[in-house]
Amino acid sequence: MSAILNDSILNDETKKVLTAPLVNDNPITLQVLGICSALAVTSQMSTSLIMALALTLVTAFSSAAISAIRNHIPSSIRIIVQMTIIASLVIVVDQLLKAFAYDVSKQLSVFVGLIITNCIVMGRAEGYAMKNPPLESFMDGIGNGLGYSLILVIVAFFRETLGSGKLLGIEVFKLTKDGGWYDPNGLMLLPPSAFFIIGLIIWGVRQWKPAQAEKSEYKIMSIAHGEGGHH
Amino acid sequence: MAEKKTPCKHMAAISEKLNEYEYYRKFIVYKDKVLALGNDSLEKTIAIAVALCLVCAVLVSFAAVALKPLQIGNKEDDMKKNILDVAGLLEEGANINTAFAQKIEAKIVDLETGAYVENINANEYDQRKAAKDPAQSVAIPKDKDIAHIRVKAKYAKVFLVKDGGQLKSIILPMHGYGLWSTLYGFLSLDADGQTVQSINFYDQAETPGLGGEVVNPNWRALWKGKKVYAETEQHSADKGSIAEANIGEPALSLIKGAVDTTRPGSQYQVDGLAGATLTSTGVTNLVRYWMGNEGFAPYLKKVKSVQGS
Repeated sequence: MSAILNDSILNDETKKVLTAPLVNDNPITLQVLGICSALAVTSQMSTSLIMALALTLVTAFSSAAISAIRNHIPSSIRIIVQMTIIASLVIVVDQLLKAFAYDVSKQLSVFVGLIITNCIVMGRAEGYAMKNPPLESFMDGIGNGLGYSLILVIVAFFRETLGSGKLLGIEVFKLTKDGGWYDPNGLMLLPPSAFFIIGLIIWGVRQWKPAQAEKSEYKIMSIAHGEGGHH
Repeated sequence: MAEKKTPCKHMAAISEKLNEYEYYRKFIVYKDKVLALGNDSLEKTIAIAVALCLVCAVLVSFAAVALKPLQIGNKEDDMKKNILDVAGLLEEGANINTAFAQKIEAKIVDLETGAYVENINANEYDQRKAAKDPAQSVAIPKDKDIAHIRVKAKYAKVFLVKDGGQLKSIILPMHGYGLWSTLYGFLSLDADGQTVQSINFYDQAETPGLGGEVVNPNWRALWKGKKVYAETEQHSADKGSIAEANIGEPALSLIKGAVDTTRPGSQYQVDGLAGATLTSTGVTNLVRYWMGNEGFAPYLKKVKSVQGS
């Protein structure tokens, strides 16, 4: 607990937990968590931004709350305790959206509720907040939320511009049906396109930082060497 | 542990005040005792679970109750927006409330007789609430309940658009069961009570991308100009058509695939939603139910006879 008061440790740790999830330890590209909502909400930038904000807030506050009581959580009901806290926060966020951003909440429909089951939130609660003090856990939640947001924004950028010729609802490419030159790519509006974009991002990141590439579990044997092969 | 420093004077005052109550003191003693227990003891497990549930329940119910008025306001605005939209009167940037008050007239209709009911304030009447109140609703006989809604309100709230005293559109509320959810929507008809102007659904939870496409503007545009009631007898023998209706009965229905406009009867057919057979069937059923004798058929007959005279 004294770590909270020690500024130098806090700063280093805070910086690390805030920035590492952006590229080096990104929840989507490295840990491959939270893919489902990344597919579902990224056809428009506005829904992606709201979803990213909601998930970041839920992850940060649930991590902080869980961390604050971590020394008193009975291990036999640990997961349920985490779920209860996360679920309560998600309901609060959902209610806030319905009150202050009704149109967006209609578009996001079930996906706000599904933050409860988003692997990133549970993963940070179990993996980080259960072992670290509240402030660091809060920052870790913010960091991972930002890592998730970054990917969502990139995916939404390509999907909305290529799929509907718009960005945040403002026209960037004039569509052929309105007398312009751009014929929108319908695939970009469908969830599978997010798979392709996320796949390309993961490929790009792992080319840039080869340390992230997983070791292959099997090696394809070349016939020329033929060691241990049965012919 | 109980002797914590309170950073704020008010907090100190509050805890002092609370200390006067015996139950609070007992609670503090018990709290310290429980927190000192081993994490895996049964008593602590139960105490933590109960305390957590209480805290979370208070948080959730506070948010739900405090934000309710705003949410209801949003829903009402959204409903007005949908009514303006189905009437083709929605203008970008215009104030919804003023546009609604200027252009739309709400009326209460007795579904059984089809006559207007004048002694109910139409602006305050909520048909969805009335359907849940046994005093204001009737049970639907099972064999007639094609929309699977079990009860309906005795009185329905319809919306009229008039231009210089001339009736322009009749906007009728409809609802019925799709695949996952009850779909709530409006159908807007020409003054002849026969030609469709537009349709929309303002409340549904069908599969996004499949049944959820009922809100897609491109699909909704297919409804324009379709006819509700059969002018000649319709048979289901035609390939892909589930429309079967005697003269004067609702014939409008969604079919599998795209409508072949060269075929007879295509004026009663709308393209079904791809990959959403059950939602499409649900939409057909709810339109047919509400346009039938159980729904607005008596009312539309009355409107037509008034127009004719």
